[in-house]
Amino acid sequence: MTGKTLYRKLVDAHTVAPLDEQHVLLFCDLHLMNEYTGPQAFAGLHEQGRRVALPDQHLAVVSHVIPTHPVPVRVIADADSARQASTLAQNCARFGISLFDTHHALQGIEHVVAPEHGLIRPGMVVVCGDSHTTTYGALGALGFGIGTTEVEHVLATQTLVYRLAKDMRIRVDGALASGTTAKDLVLAIIGRIGAQGARGFVVEYSGRAIDALSVEGRFTLCNMTVEAGARGALVAPDQRAIDHVLSRARDIPANQREAACSAWTGLRSDESAAFDLEYHFDASDIAPQVTWGTSPDQVMAIDGRIPSPAAWPDGPARLSATRALSYTRLQAGAAMEGTPIQHVFIGSCTNGRLEDLRDASRIARGRRVARGVRAMVVPGSGAVKAAAEAEGLDRVFQDAGFEWRKPGCSMCLAMNDDVLDEGVRCAATTNRNFEGRQGRGAITHLMSPAMAAAAAIAGCITDVRRMDQPA
Amino acid sequence: MTEAALIVGRAAALRIENLDTDQIMPKQFLRRIDKAGLKEGVLFDLRFDSQGRPNPHFVLNRPAYADASILIGGANFGCGSSREHAVWGLLQFGIRAVVAPSFGEIFHANAINNRLLLVTVPLDVAARLMDDADDPSAALLRIDVDAQTLHSRSVCAPFELTSRQRQMVLEGQDSIGLTQARQAQIEAFAQAHWDRHPWLRGVARRRA
Repeated sequence: MTGKTLYRKLVDAHTVAPLDEQHVLLFCDLHLMNEYTGPQAFAGLHEQGRRVALPDQHLAVVSHVIPTHPVPVRVIADADSARQASTLAQNCARFGISLFDTHHALQGIEHVVAPEHGLIRPGMVVVCGDSHTTTYGALGALGFGIGTTEVEHVLATQTLVYRLAKDMRIRVDGALASGTTAKDLVLAIIGRIGAQGARGFVVEYSGRAIDALSVEGRFTLCNMTVEAGARGALVAPDQRAIDHVLSRARDIPANQREAACSAWTGLRSDESAAFDLEYHFDASDIAPQVTWGTSPDQVMAIDGRIPSPAAWPDGPARLSATRALSYTRLQAGAAMEGTPIQHVFIGSCTNGRLEDLRDASRIARGRRVARGVRAMVVPGSGAVKAAAEAEGLDRVFQDAGFEWRKPGCSMCLAMNDDVLDEGVRCAATTNRNFEGRQGRGAITHLMSPAMAAAAAIAGCITDVRRMDQPA
Repeated sequence: MTEAALIVGRAAALRIENLDTDQIMPKQFLRRIDKAGLKEGVLFDLRFDSQGRPNPHFVLNRPAYADASILIGGANFGCGSSREHAVWGLLQFGIRAVVAPSFGEIFHANAINNRLLLVTVPLDVAARLMDDADDPSAALLRIDVDAQTLHSRSVCAPFELTSRQRQMVLEGQDSIGLTQARQAQIEAFAQAHWDRHPWLRGVARRRA
């Protein structure tokens, strides 16, 4: 008999009722909210006179519109953005939902905040009106992004009408070489399978390179798997993941911990489980990655050459590659190394955690940001910021000429006032290099935190492996 | 035949692969707490230059396509951010259907929930539909939801819809109301779920 994949086990354990061949009514253990994809959902509840079914299964965070200037009291100057934050606060108060508000010491990006307080537990279904909710697969939780109509549905019923995905397994053996990280791994995978490569699938990662990743590295990996179109990403929880959760989920009483560990240890695909599609990669083949285009799959090794649009089939695919090169003002066949940059952004739900800041600080320590480059470090949360400061990372960055900012989504999607001007080229640790993402006409190159720090020092895109020694 | 069952309109070709929702609805239009005012934001950076002047070459700015109600897109249309504003904006702009080789997953769900019809066609069919759409005199496309066929000047092709898509686009549906009718079933599920996994109950209670 064919066994079950981890994904199917999670779906089955949360299926209230099958609806038709493609859909089930899925119970959601935790719903995270932000200020910009939720207000219309609350408005819908008000209009219909509906209530929040289970307020204790929801957490709200102000993350996207919040300014990150290093001032004692942050004020959201934009009136519309301020209204989004105040509307969220009113709705949370009205319905009894916990909120990390603008001035809360632990405020931050939802996908950084939720796991650092132990809210994400293996075996959960976690949803949020944000596509990067796939992050939680790192702990063996099925996380995925939803739209506002679905936010309203989950507020009112704690369930979703859920379309079943197919099963993909990506096995990564070998070991990541020095100078490469989970970010390089996931960028390389997206480059190989494409921005649509995992569309319609939930991806389960396995293999020695995945086992060797820290939990924070797995967050980065699962976070960005959505950029291959995936509906979810999973890593079966191992002892490292379980310890990560138990050390943070202090509310789990002692008499439940053994049962929880036992349940979490069993969260893995059966040996005989069949996957609809499988890939196999070797981590040792991977060099530091950098994107050259306007889609995360337009990516290359730092020591490679920018590909020619002729490599794509005629039609929209080739036109899009040509359009991307025109937007990023780069030439096919050229190297990426040495391309001057004007801005560096280190942060986001992909790479705004303590380990990311440590990686970047190792490069920054004792060096100086190049003349003409503006470099910002935006911690993913108040807790990350405090932990980094306790290690003195804020001093390392500031001594090197980086700005040390307050937490938020910031320049990843530029919904606050951290917006780049037209033509500015930015080395970013974020997840999307889309046209206009960081500001109209701004050019984004995705890379790891260490690569971004190296670009800040060099003033151009450079190979971190040459700089990865103390200054 | 109901109005929703037959969509006949002018089609405009967007030859862009992975057209993400950041492009369909840029960030500066996401700041409201209601769904109003999104028509202006649709494909803003493609429709307007950096000084705010209309780009006369962009298909949706050409007079012949002023009444376009169908878009023919590239693969992975609507990928990226979960922002439902992209779907609301397209509808406010007068778009009733998007035809493409594939769609971003969250965009797909959002479209169904707002009764924006998404039609998935093979790459070669999309290419021929784009060619037809390029000639304004031939750009009328007829999408018969009942029969699940579409017709342009040179294309006559069937398409698949899930039963849920079909029902949503033809009749609409109060999904929350339907789910709430199962309230007792959901409560019983939750109780049994929490009996097995007590550490999942009230996980966000009094966190702030």
